[in-house]
Amino acid sequence: MKLELRNVTKRFPGVIANDSVDLTVESGEILGLLGENGAGKTTLMNILYGLYSADEGEIVIDDRVVDFQGPGDAIAAGVGMVHQHFMLVPVFTVTENVVLGVEPTKAPVGTIDLKEARLELEGISRQYGLDIDPSATVEDLPVGIQQRIEIIKVLFRDAEIIVFDEPTSVLTPQEVEEIFNIVNGLKEAGKGIIFITHKLGEVLRVADRIAVLRRGKIVGEADPRTATKEELAEMMVGRPVDLVVDKEPAQPGDVVLSVVDLVVRDERQHTAVDDVSFEVRAGEIVGIAGVQGNGQTELVEALTGLTVPLSGRVILNGNDVTLASPRDLHENAVAHIPEDRQRSGLILDFDVAENIVLDSYYAKPYSRGIRMDWDYAHQHADELIEQYDIRTPSSHVNAGNLSGGNQQKLIVAREFARDTKLIIASQPTRGIDVGSIEYIHSRIVEERDEGAAVLIVSSELEEILALADRILVMYRGKIVAEVPGEEATASQLGLYMAGSAA
Amino acid sequence: MTEETITKKEAPEPDRPRWLEAIAPSSVDWKTVVVIPLLAVLSALIIGAVIIVLTDGFGAVLPAYSALFQGAFVGWSSISETLLVATPLILAGLSVAVGFQAGLFNIGAEGQMTIGGLTAVIVGFSIEGMPAVIHLPLAVIAGILGGALWGFIPGVLRAKTGAHEVITTIMLNFIAYRTLDYMLKLPGIQKEGRFDPVSEDVLGSARYPRILGWLPVEGAEGLRLNLGFIVALAMALFIYWLLFKSTIGFEFRAVGANPSAAKYGGISVVVAIVGVMSLAGGLSGMAGANETLGVLGRATPGFTAQIGFDAIALALLGRSHPGGVVLSAILFGALRAGGRAMQFQSDVGIDLIVVIQALIIVFIAAPELVRAIYGVKGGKKQGQVTRGWST
Repeated sequence: MKLELRNVTKRFPGVIANDSVDLTVESGEILGLLGENGAGKTTLMNILYGLYSADEGEIVIDDRVVDFQGPGDAIAAGVGMVHQHFMLVPVFTVTENVVLGVEPTKAPVGTIDLKEARLELEGISRQYGLDIDPSATVEDLPVGIQQRIEIIKVLFRDAEIIVFDEPTSVLTPQEVEEIFNIVNGLKEAGKGIIFITHKLGEVLRVADRIAVLRRGKIVGEADPRTATKEELAEMMVGRPVDLVVDKEPAQPGDVVLSVVDLVVRDERQHTAVDDVSFEVRAGEIVGIAGVQGNGQTELVEALTGLTVPLSGRVILNGNDVTLASPRDLHENAVAHIPEDRQRSGLILDFDVAENIVLDSYYAKPYSRGIRMDWDYAHQHADELIEQYDIRTPSSHVNAGNLSGGNQQKLIVAREFARDTKLIIASQPTRGIDVGSIEYIHSRIVEERDEGAAVLIVSSELEEILALADRILVMYRGKIVAEVPGEEATASQLGLYMAGSAA
Repeated sequence: MTEETITKKEAPEPDRPRWLEAIAPSSVDWKTVVVIPLLAVLSALIIGAVIIVLTDGFGAVLPAYSALFQGAFVGWSSISETLLVATPLILAGLSVAVGFQAGLFNIGAEGQMTIGGLTAVIVGFSIEGMPAVIHLPLAVIAGILGGALWGFIPGVLRAKTGAHEVITTIMLNFIAYRTLDYMLKLPGIQKEGRFDPVSEDVLGSARYPRILGWLPVEGAEGLRLNLGFIVALAMALFIYWLLFKSTIGFEFRAVGANPSAAKYGGISVVVAIVGVMSLAGGLSGMAGANETLGVLGRATPGFTAQIGFDAIALALLGRSHPGGVVLSAILFGALRAGGRAMQFQSDVGIDLIVVIQALIIVFIAAPELVRAIYGVKGGKKQGQVTRGWST
C-alpha cells in the first residue's frame, strides 16, 4: 500500500498550520516525521486520520484519491494511529479495550463474542512479539504495555499504514528500545510506518527516510544513514543550533540545600520518597535522573513546600525549612520551575503580567496594602519579556496563547529575575522547542556560575547528561546511584534507572 | 502555534486611546462578552413570542410585549419599579459572581439572603431612639454578617473537608428557610398581636429612604426606589475594584482559574475559599437586608422570592463581571416590573417572564447554539461556564 499526501494545506484563523505538504509512505518502510512542537505535525496527522479536513490538497491511497470524513473512514482505508495520549478505558481488560467500537458479535441477538476476539488478539500478539495478557485490566499495566495495547488496537483493525505520534515521550529508556524493536517488526511484516518525533536521536535510529516539518512546511528530507544531529536540528529550527551546553567545571561552594532522611507519601498514602538524603552546594548543578513516577514529583513537592513530608528534614542555608510554605521558601530565594507548566506553573487564563507576579504580587513594589499596582507589574513584565526573549505581542496577552517554549521562558523569567540561592527545576524543558531548550539550559548554567545551587529533575537523560555536575538516580523512591556528571554515560544511567544495577 | 502567527493574531490595534483601552480593553473578546448575551436575550424573546402565539393567538404578541416594555421603561414609575426590583438582584448577582470568579458555585444566595434579611430586621426593629445615619448602617451590617456566616459555613466545609459547595449551599437554603419560619413565630420577633409569622416592623430609622421624591412629577412621593439601589451600585464598583485591582481579588481569581498554580504561587487556597464564600454570603445578606429594610419593612416567610436563584442566572448572563451583573440585573428587573404590567394589561401571565428568563440562560449556557443560529464567527470557544462536580 502507498499513502500520499499531496499539497495539503490547513488554515486556522490567523495561522497556516500546514502549508502545501507533500508526503509519501509505502508498505515496508519507516518515515520519520521530525518537527518541533507547534510545527504542524499533529494537525497533519489529524488530517490524515480524518479528524480535520484539509482546506486544499488531497490524500491518495494506491493512486486513488480518498476523502476521510472521520477516523472511521481512515481506519476502513487501512490507516491506524497510535496516539501520544492513550485512548484506553482504565477499568476495562485488554481485550475489551481492543474490541471497543468493533466488537465481534454472535448470532442470534448480537451478544459480544469476547472469546473470538481474544483468540484473534492472541494471534496478533504472537505474530508481532507483543507479549501481552489479554485478560489484564488496563489500569494495572505499566505505560509501555498500555502503548502495546494501542498498537494491537490498530492491528486488530487491519491497519496497513500506522502513525506513531511521539511514542517515546512516556517511556523508559528500556521501553524505548522495545518500541524500536516493535516498530521494526511491523516494518518487516510489511506495514508502512509514520514515526512522529521531535527527538533527533530517535529519528536517526529508527527511520528509513526523514522528512522535516517547520512552521507547517516540509523544509527538507534527509537520509538517516548520512545525516547528523546537527544538520537535522538546523533544518528543524531554521538556524544552527548548539546541541552541547557550554559550561566550565563546577566550583562547588557551601552546602545550600541539605536533605536528610526524607520520607514523603503520595496522595494515596504510598511511600513515594523513601529515606532520601543528599546535598546541593552553591555553584553546582545536581541532576536527579529517573523514569517518571519514581518519587521525583513528590520529592520536589516536599522541597518546595507543596506537601508536608512524613519524616526527615530539609535544611536551607542552615535553617530547617521542612515545614516551610511555598511563600516562605520564595522569600528565602528559592526558585521553582514546576514539572507541569500548564497545571501548576502558570494560570493560562491570566495575562503575562499577572503570571509574572504570581508568587510576588503580595508585596512591594507590585502592591501596597491590598492595592495592586498593575501599571508597575506590566512595566516589570515588559522588561522581562525583553530580557528573557519571551515572544509575545505584549504583557496583556494571556499565557495560554503563548507557545510552550515561551510559556516556559515566562516561568524561568519569573523565577530567575529575583535573587536566587537555590533553583529547583523539574522537567525544565519538557515538550518545548530546541531554541528554547538551548536558551533555558544556558540560563541555568549562568545561574550556577553566579553561585546558585541548582537541582534539576528530569526524565530526559540527555538533559541530565548535558547539565548536571553530579547525577543522582532515583528508583522506587530511593536514590540508587550517584555518578559524577563528566563520567556518566546514558547506558549506565539507563540501567540504574531500571533498578537493575542498584 | 508558531510565534509569528500569534503576533499577527493578538496584536492590539495601534493608536487606541488610553481611555478606550481602560473601559474596553482590546484583550477582551467582545463577541463572547456582549454579542452572545444580547443574542441570547433576543432569542428568548422570540421564543416567548411563539409561546404567546400558541396560547393566545397572533394578536396577543404586540400588546403583551408593548405592555412589557412600557411597564419596564416608560415613565418614572416604571423606571423606579425596574430599578427597585433590580437592586437585590445586583447584590445577590454579585454574590454568585464572586463565587464563580473563584471557581465556586454559590447556590446558597437564597439562604444567605434569608439569614441576612432576618438579622437586619432584628437590629432594625429592636434598637430604638437611634439616628438613621447610625441605625441604618448598623442594620445593614447585621445583614452582611448574617449572610456572611451563611457563606462561611459552606466555605469552611469545602476548604477543610472537600464537601462540595453546591450540595452544602442548597441544604443551607432549606435550613435558612425553616429557621426564618421558626424565628418569625418567636415572641420578641413576631409582631405583637399577630398569629401569622410576620416580624415586627423595622423602625423608620433603619429603613432605606426613598430617593425619587424630589422629582417634579405627579406622584413622585409614591416612587418606591430607595437608597438601597445606590448602595448596590457602590457595592458593584467596590467588588470590581476588589476583584481586579486588589491583591485579594488576584488571589480569589487565581484560585478560581487554577488552584494548583495558586498554591504554587504561595496563595492559601483554604483562606481564599473561606474568604470568597464569606464575601459572597455577605453580599447576599445585603440583598436580603435590602428587601427587609427597603421594600417590605419587615420579614415574612419566603421574602427572598427566589431572587437568590435568579441571581445565578444573571451572574451567568453577566459573565461574572460586576458590570455585567449590574446590566443583567437591570434587564431582569425590567422583565419583572414589565411583566407585572403585562399581566395587568393583557391576557399574558407573568409566568411567561420566568420562561423567558430560563430561555436566556439556556442560550447563555449553550453559546455554540447561538453562534450556529446567528452565524456568529470567531471569538473564543467557551463551553463550560462553571467547573464540574468533581473538581
